[in-house]
Amino acid sequence: MREDGSISQRLHLDLPLLIGLIVLSALGLVVLYSAGGESTSLVIRQALRLAAAFGIMLLVAQVAPRHLFHWAPWLYIIGLGLLVAVLFVGDIAQGAQRWLRLGPVSFQPSELAKLTVPMMVAYYFVDRLMPPKTFQVVIAAIIAVVPTMLIVRQPDLGTSLLIACSGLFVLFLAGMRWRLILGLFIALSASAPAMWHLMHDYQRQRVLTFINPEQDPLGAGYHIIQSKIAIGSGGVYGKGWLNGTQSQLDFLPERSTDFIFAVFSEEFGLLGVALLVALYLFVVFRGLYIAVQAQDSFGRLLAGSLTLTFFIYVFVNIGMVSGLLPVVGLPLPLISYGGTSLVTVMASFGVLMSIQTHRRLLSD
Amino acid sequence: MKHALTIKDIAQEAQLIRSRVVFCCVLVAVVSLLLLARMFQLQVIEHEHFATLSEDNRVKIVPVPPTRGLVFDRNGTVLAQNTPTYSLEVVPEAIEDIDSLLVELRNIVEIPEEEEAQFRALLNKKRRFDSIPLRSRLTEEEVARISVNRHRFPGVDVQARLSRDYPLGEIGSHLIGYVGRISEEELQSIDSSTYRATTHIGKTGVEQAFEDLLHGEIGFQHVETNALGRTLRVLQRKDPVPGSSLYLTVDIGLQAVAEQALGENNGAIVAIDPGNGEVLALVSVPNYDPNLFVDGINRATYQAMLQSPDRPLFNRALAGRYPPGSTVKPFFALAGLEQNIDKVRRSTWCRGFFQLPGREHRYRDWKKGGHGSVDLPKAIVESCDVYFYELAQSLGIERMHDFMVRFGFGEATGIRLKGEGSGLMPSPQWKRRARNLPWYPGETLITGIGQGFMLATPLQLASATATLSMGGLRLRPRVLLRRVDPKTLQPRETSPEPSSPIKPVLEANWEEIIEAMRNVVHGPRGTARRISNGAGYQMAGKTGTAQLFGVGQEKKYREKDVPKHLRDHGLFIAFAPVKKPRIAVAIVVENGGSGSRSAAPIARKVIDYYLSRLRERKTEDSLMLTDVRGLPLDESRPRRTATMGISRP
Repeated sequence: MREDGSISQRLHLDLPLLIGLIVLSALGLVVLYSAGGESTSLVIRQALRLAAAFGIMLLVAQVAPRHLFHWAPWLYIIGLGLLVAVLFVGDIAQGAQRWLRLGPVSFQPSELAKLTVPMMVAYYFVDRLMPPKTFQVVIAAIIAVVPTMLIVRQPDLGTSLLIACSGLFVLFLAGMRWRLILGLFIALSASAPAMWHLMHDYQRQRVLTFINPEQDPLGAGYHIIQSKIAIGSGGVYGKGWLNGTQSQLDFLPERSTDFIFAVFSEEFGLLGVALLVALYLFVVFRGLYIAVQAQDSFGRLLAGSLTLTFFIYVFVNIGMVSGLLPVVGLPLPLISYGGTSLVTVMASFGVLMSIQTHRRLLSD
Repeated sequence: MKHALTIKDIAQEAQLIRSRVVFCCVLVAVVSLLLLARMFQLQVIEHEHFATLSEDNRVKIVPVPPTRGLVFDRNGTVLAQNTPTYSLEVVPEAIEDIDSLLVELRNIVEIPEEEEAQFRALLNKKRRFDSIPLRSRLTEEEVARISVNRHRFPGVDVQARLSRDYPLGEIGSHLIGYVGRISEEELQSIDSSTYRATTHIGKTGVEQAFEDLLHGEIGFQHVETNALGRTLRVLQRKDPVPGSSLYLTVDIGLQAVAEQALGENNGAIVAIDPGNGEVLALVSVPNYDPNLFVDGINRATYQAMLQSPDRPLFNRALAGRYPPGSTVKPFFALAGLEQNIDKVRRSTWCRGFFQLPGREHRYRDWKKGGHGSVDLPKAIVESCDVYFYELAQSLGIERMHDFMVRFGFGEATGIRLKGEGSGLMPSPQWKRRARNLPWYPGETLITGIGQGFMLATPLQLASATATLSMGGLRLRPRVLLRRVDPKTLQPRETSPEPSSPIKPVLEANWEEIIEAMRNVVHGPRGTARRISNGAGYQMAGKTGTAQLFGVGQEKKYREKDVPKHLRDHGLFIAFAPVKKPRIAVAIVVENGGSGSRSAAPIARKVIDYYLSRLRERKTEDSLMLTDVRGLPLDESRPRRTATMGISRP
């Protein structure tokens, strides 16, 4: 074993990935200080959450992939049970029933599903021949779709989308045939009217607003218009840290959470955005590298899926804040204020690190 | 994994996954470029457009708080109002050195440590161009001094705002309640959009109970701001709608008289108009000054209030639980009559104590030698305990419980104020449930004289007395007389709220009880005979004395031997005039000793005042063309329109 890798090896940490995550988190705190109206208490609270999330990542990294493999079905079933439970006894906040209370702690079972669904689909494929047959694709799709539908019911469109993606990514990486992918795409487009029917009013409103934000400039379209003004007025070099007028003057709603990217773009401009995207790409490519390097199919599929899901987060958030995609309410990972999804994101990086670092130990 | 090793072609499979991963890498890169292209479009190509929009984007929507509704008593006396107060505010952005500024400002006005601490806390929370209050409630002299020196302090300004004011101070404080700053907890439960600009919310009493009526609707201003966010001019506004003005049923004059009548004692007085359930006075003494709470009470004062054994913040009238003592006797006597118990038709011999058959324990009468031969009226007039021990024994606890519940004992009256107590009307079921103990016969006896487990709030006692005086008409006590809509100025009267009435079995039974109660005051041997002197009306009443201190079987209760906080509570219930009751009262004088000496004289003062006010008003009414809506004349329109054409004698 090489000298410089010894400490991180013993802690089962992947150094490049860790550095990427730390830089992103630190950048997030800097932006948050500005977005939160220069409130130190907000930054401290987020820093504590980050510390906790890194701790969880460290813990998860200690679990060898073969354990994860054996636990996958059980974790999946537990996750499914909790999702059913939340529909009956969950706490309702802002019109959605997502939270499950266990004594003093409350958590969102949908967050657990972000990990268990790709694990389960990957578990399913390890025993099968790849590329999968149509029948196996259907089974795998059911594994992913059941929890997705339960989360749509809560309703939480953003998270259900992520979970469906995480399942599909495993399918794709497992070698699902291209004509099947095409068929699925067509089927999805055809079912759009049915989806529309299932959506809640506020979700429909978001889609309508996406198509034409100017129709309701002070209501639902306000978010997008204001965030586009913030981004656009930032220009190439940005207005400078703490000087974003759009963000500082209360025009921009949710500026600490889902719309924090608009604050960042206003204050740091296109150059800052390029740097941020580059940082995210570094993390994503490192994750995909880990997937390629993984020693078994389970590790490859899981690492690939988790990394791609992380990228979906980034893509959907930036896309929605810049008006490319409808507002689906996903945070910008590691930058947005909030702790729930942060923990899941860091746990999934823990899984990646575990896959990477247990590799060599196994081969010894 | 084990299967994979044997059956599958690992190398081929790994190759498949790797190729897919590589494909994804390409996809990720393409999508990222797409995002960057979008950013390029917004930040470079359309930059000019958005920069212009951003410059123009200076119209802010600022919420404007509604003016809180006023509170009046039934005659139009102001109980709660909004007065302009001046506060010293600082915009941190314009200040170079906060510390030296404070030193210099202290030469001009006093700045208490606590307000400075609050200021410094806000300094970290608010933005640099927000105005932060440094000192509230400046006197006019201080305002003048600051104005003269203002040029020396850029960024320091005097702001006028409305703050809640209770002109009568302590009078009626428990009833009126107070407002205070909205707490974190309250933020969770209120509609944050309508309270966006509101800083204060009703915390207790009427201010809390009628928060929804008093608050009003929020307004908005569209203001143009400069690049720093400071307001330049108002472009358009939607005015807030002030809260409704409330006229309470309470007569604040009566309230003050009642509070004063308690003197040095703690206690509670509730007066109700039996004909409509209007609460005329709701007294709980000691009081407190509600003005102390409006801008946040000083911690030491608040701690002192909380820890004081007199409990000034506790509303005794609403939530105090007192043994009702002998004031329950008329009700049990009525129960005996209505249930047709043989006992009540026969006289009994009172020898000063009562014993259960085969038991040693003596249930004593308050009169040591006994009352001799006692029939029902005499038992009420002289408050004979032995008679009621025997009556209770014949009735049994079940029937006593069921009868008293119909008068509202043991349950909250449902008055629209928060924190009402429900008292306690015991029954064997209750004791089994609450204490897991059987009911003992002796407990029935002492319940018969209003001792033991039975507890009542002063409000319950007054309400039950009102029901008794009206021959079973039960009305829920209410405190809101009318509300005046802020837009139309139309008054909306509230109407009496009947709750399940008691149907008399025989009207004569009720009249018999009321006649006995009349003799408590006007009869030559009545326990409250001393208060009848010179009363120009007929009053019915019943004294009560609630023991807090158990006296041994052979010992004698001597007031001087007992510490003040263990002395008996004096109680009195009464209504007047007997024929056509206009007021029913319940009085509790804590540790005041016997009811006939401590509580009954207070009833006389309270009723005297109220009936004479009614008479005055009657003469005024016949002389003046009063507003048909009953609006107070000095409030809604000038007095002269009312008196026009009629010359007063």
